[in-house]
Amino acid sequence: MANLKRIISFGFQDFSRNRGISVATVFVLVVAIMLVTGLIFFQGTVGYLTSQIQNKIDITAYFNDGTAEQDILNVKDEILKMSPSIKNVEYISQDQALADFYQKHQDNPVLAQALQEVGGNPFLPSLNITTNGDPLQYAMVSNVLQTSDFSKLVNKVDFSQKKDTIEKVYSITTNINTFGIIFEIILTIVAILVVFNTIRLGIENSKEEISTMRVVGASNSFVRGPFIIQGIIYGLISFVICFLISWLFAFILSGKISVVLPGFNMLSFFLTNWWIFLLIQLGFGVAVGAISALVAVKKYLEV
Amino acid sequence: MIKFNNVTKIYPAHSNNASSTPVLQDVSFEIKEGEFVSIIGKSGAGKTTITRLILGLEDPTSGEIYFKDKNIAELDAHGIQKIRRSIGCIYQDYKLLPLKTVYENVAYIMEVEGRSSGEIKKEVPQVLELIGLKEKMDNFPEQLSGGEQQRLAVARALVNHPDIIIADEPTGNLDPYNTYEVIFLLKKINKAGTMVILLTHDRETINKLGKRVITLVGGRILRDEAEGKFII
Repeated sequence: MANLKRIISFGFQDFSRNRGISVATVFVLVVAIMLVTGLIFFQGTVGYLTSQIQNKIDITAYFNDGTAEQDILNVKDEILKMSPSIKNVEYISQDQALADFYQKHQDNPVLAQALQEVGGNPFLPSLNITTNGDPLQYAMVSNVLQTSDFSKLVNKVDFSQKKDTIEKVYSITTNINTFGIIFEIILTIVAILVVFNTIRLGIENSKEEISTMRVVGASNSFVRGPFIIQGIIYGLISFVICFLISWLFAFILSGKISVVLPGFNMLSFFLTNWWIFLLIQLGFGVAVGAISALVAVKKYLEV
Repeated sequence: MIKFNNVTKIYPAHSNNASSTPVLQDVSFEIKEGEFVSIIGKSGAGKTTITRLILGLEDPTSGEIYFKDKNIAELDAHGIQKIRRSIGCIYQDYKLLPLKTVYENVAYIMEVEGRSSGEIKKEVPQVLELIGLKEKMDNFPEQLSGGEQQRLAVARALVNHPDIIIADEPTGNLDPYNTYEVIFLLKKINKAGTMVILLTHDRETINKLGKRVITLVGGRILRDEAEGKFII
């Protein structure tokens, strides 16, 4: 216990007395953590964009004029039973469709007049199905609608017209996600290597000191401990700086980004996911700081 | 207490064309408790290798080295650390801890041993007073003169009451006055019963000491005399 206290105190002492190296290491660690943080923001933005696009692509199944509401609701239940991951299935009756049309074109009296000329309600009852954007789900919904019981009720499905677009959008979003993950992994590795090398150079600077400690009989943990504590301090300080920068970044850029991406609020994304930022920044900073120190000092400790 | 038994140390060649260099060849001697022994020789004669072998920083290529009847090569890391704690080392380049103050440099040795804070607070100022550095206990090594740094190294070597003091060229960087002071301190330590091994090529110091001298030439023992002189 007394040794642990001494090791911690040596760590703080070396950190404060080795100011130049400490500042340089914290700076490099801040850059590395911000790189990883940038990737979280990137993932958030891409995720929002993808979900927005996917939400806009839905399937509408139009039923024959005069199909009983209960029959259509049976189709809805069947779709939900076959594919529970479907986001939403909304039944729109003929009356509802007509009301929606009037609502949508209330500023355009010509259209409303044209509809009156046609007479009656030309709209068909429909089911509006929102999926997660996966083409497999579209295929599943399509299969349900094509079963012999239901196919005679269905007038048309606009899925087939949208199929190519849906598959293209899905492949683009999948590619963005895949490349994003690969890019993140590469950048994270580069960030870790840069931090490791900075810490290694700092410890290289202390190799004479380490050799003296060994000669006077200090145990490996007594020599290694203060360097690991220093690594943890680097990580903690960098985390605090990065967390504040991330908050400021989200606060300042939130308005500007919502101009480009309407509906996406970067500040609320940060505030909703603050614990993810905290875990990643703190975990990355402390783990990379401490493990780099551990690995770098090991070289000088062979008895 | 320390026994070298037909010790040979050969450093492997770093390139394929170069041949391996024997630094010590078939060296045997024994140093008993409380002795003051000087090991002399030109640079490269193998003096520092002897220190490194005693401290377990190197293993002999052949032969055995015994410390208190224990073969150093057979000890584990903990055993070697224990030996190192019972040896006080003084080097020509002082090997002080640059980020620690004078007080902390001495205290570190006691902390390594796991001594209590109370003991450290009591004993470190006493040792610093003994070697005349009490006034500078808050200074860092770089703020001391060469002689003061070497005295600090002596204080550090002394503080744990070691069984042995190994002084490897301790006066190499010092002027005659500081050289006299350090040798005087070593004699005083030896008088108190601590074994002192002095490795040097300082002729005048050896000739004045009148103690046992082991002369190394080309890694071999040329002479081992009870009251030797510097003759190479």
